[in-house]
Amino acid sequence: MNVELKVTPDKYLPHRYAGASGDFNPIHIDPEFAKQVGLPSNILHGLYTMAQVARANVDAAGGDPRSLKRLSVQFRGMGFPEQEISVTGKVKEVREDGRVIVQTEAAQGGKRIIRNGEAELETG
Amino acid sequence: MNAEATGKSYPPFEYEVGREKIREYAHAVGEDNPVYFDRAAATEAGFRDVAAPPMFAVVYSSGSVAPAIFDPDVGLNFAMVVHGSQEFEWGEPVCSGDVISTVTSVKDISERGGMGFYVFETVSTNQDGQEVVRGTWTNIVRGVS
Repeated sequence: MNVELKVTPDKYLPHRYAGASGDFNPIHIDPEFAKQVGLPSNILHGLYTMAQVARANVDAAGGDPRSLKRLSVQFRGMGFPEQEISVTGKVKEVREDGRVIVQTEAAQGGKRIIRNGEAELETG
Repeated sequence: MNAEATGKSYPPFEYEVGREKIREYAHAVGEDNPVYFDRAAATEAGFRDVAAPPMFAVVYSSGSVAPAIFDPDVGLNFAMVVHGSQEFEWGEPVCSGDVISTVTSVKDISERGGMGFYVFETVSTNQDGQEVVRGTWTNIVRGVS
């Protein structure tokens, strides 16, 4: 099983995700506001990036969303629009009941923005 | 920090899942599996109706977390908070037409190394009483001591 997904959120992605999720925190959608509070620019929603990790692991398990039983992540560092996100993962354990435990993370420009992720997948 | 709020729970938050909201969410996060967009494809795959992507859990459960996060008894300092970690454990799949009820509780409030950890748990169930997701939301506040 190979977990690998690359995606580059466009400039307006945080606006679409804000509308879809209901999280309109201005640090995600307003570059000026973000700078006023000391950030380099507006930052991605962590839960958007987690959704990419979820998608990458579902894809690796064959594409059925029911195969993803559990996902835990730690948010570290900031993600930005218009930069490629790379999601990776490797099998850590295959349990006796057939469930696969994947250690997974997401990075941008070599900097991990999601780390210590763990996905539990039901395959086959 | 006020650890006394640990164990406190909040009234259920109800969310009715709609097909177009699933489409909007799935599109925003880059999903292209037809089970999220097309009823025939979803039922063919064994779902009751258009299926929600796993992380759609955020859409129906975050409305339940907000009152806990803003609760003065919890006393979370917003100026210093970051979303530290997140876990979801999925059960019965969520489909269009489901009515999801979510209850949030304060699981833990503790301090380690000058940082405050505020952990909330959400349990979401569908209209048939089946558990659809259990979420653990950890917020970290810098400089609490």
